[in-house]
Amino acid sequence: MWQALYEELAAQNFVVIAVAMDSREGDALPWIEAAHPTYPTLIDREHLMAELFGVVNVPQAIWIDEAGRIVRPAEAAGAYDGFRKMNRATREMPEEVARLTAGAKSTYLDAVKDWVRRGPESVHALPAESARAHLPALTEDMATAQAMFRLGQFLLRHGEKEEGNRWLSEASRRHPDSWCIWRQSAGVNDTGLAALPEFWERVDALGEKRYYLPVDMKGMP
Amino acid sequence: MLWPMTTILTDAGEFEVPQAEVSGDALWLSAREAEEATGWIAKPEGLCKGEVCVPLPPGREQEFGRGTRVNVAALGRHLGQPVLRSDRGHVWVLARSARDRSQALRSLQAPDFTLPDASGRPHSLSDYRGKKVFLVTWASW
Repeated sequence: MWQALYEELAAQNFVVIAVAMDSREGDALPWIEAAHPTYPTLIDREHLMAELFGVVNVPQAIWIDEAGRIVRPAEAAGAYDGFRKMNRATREMPEEVARLTAGAKSTYLDAVKDWVRRGPESVHALPAESARAHLPALTEDMATAQAMFRLGQFLLRHGEKEEGNRWLSEASRRHPDSWCIWRQSAGVNDTGLAALPEFWERVDALGEKRYYLPVDMKGMP
Repeated sequence: MLWPMTTILTDAGEFEVPQAEVSGDALWLSAREAEEATGWIAKPEGLCKGEVCVPLPPGREQEFGRGTRVNVAALGRHLGQPVLRSDRGHVWVLARSARDRSQALRSLQAPDFTLPDASGRPHSLSDYRGKKVFLVTWASW
C-alpha cells in the first residue's frame, strides 16, 4: 500500500518504515515477498513498538520529522470504518461508503505528501502543543496488558501453549481497545486471517464507537 | 528456589540469568545482573539509574537488597511498573509504567526501538534520523 507513496517521495529525504504486528514466525513473510517493498519492513512479534507509541490497530501511523520529533502521534493511516457496511457475503460496499473510504485514503495520502513537501509549514504537521493534545492516553492497565502480551508470546514461542494463551486472553481483557492484541490472540488457533465470525461480532459490539478512531484532519470522514 | 535459567524481558531486551533466585514475588539478581537487565544499581543513597536515585522506604530495605543481591521485582513494583512472572517463575517481564511512557511521549521525542526485518537484520528508528519518517503498522491477520 505504501510503495507508491515511498517511491514518489523517497528523493525528498523521506522514508516509510512499516512495522508488522505479527507474533508468529513467518506470518508476515509471504506478504513482504509479494509486495516487494523497497522501504524497511520490520517485524514486531511482541508489539513493542505498539506499546511505545500507544498503537491499538493497523494501519496506524506516526509522523516523525528529521530531528526525531513526533509531528503526528499514532492515528488511523487513511483507514475508515466503511468496511463495516459492506455486504459480508459478497464483500461489496454501498457506493456512498466506498466513496467515503476512497476519500479517506486519498485525503490522508495527500496530507502526507504535503507534509513531506512543506515540513512544519504544512497544516498537517501539528505544532508541539497540538501534537501533545493528540497523544493517546496511556493507562497502567494498558502497560500491564502489553507486558502480559509479551510474556504470553514468549511462552508460546517456547512451546508453553496453555499458559501463553492464558496471558494473551488476560492482556486483551485488560486492554480491550487494542485490536492488535485481540486479533493477534484470536488468530493463535487459526491459520488464516482473523476476520472470522468472532471478529465481526466484536466489531458489531462497538455500536456507535469507531473501529478506526476518527482522524483530526480536514476532509476526513 | 534456584532455576537453572531465568529469562527476564525488559525494555533493554531478553536476558538469561543463570543464578537468579525466585521466591514467590521476589526475583533476586546479583548487582551486575540487575544492572544489565534493568539499568538499576544499588548505592548508599538508594537504587539509582543514571541520574535518578530512588530512596528505599525506611525499615523495608531488606525487601530490595541483601548483601550484593537486588530484588528487581520489588524495585519494579515500588516504581509502579508492571512486574509479571510465569507460573513457574522461570520467565519475568519487568516493564515500564504508563506514567513513564506518557512522560516520554509528551517530550514528543520519538522513543527509539530496534526490530528485525524479514532477513533478521536489525533496524533502529534512530538509524533514520535526518529523514522524515512515516512509521506505519500493518499485520497479516
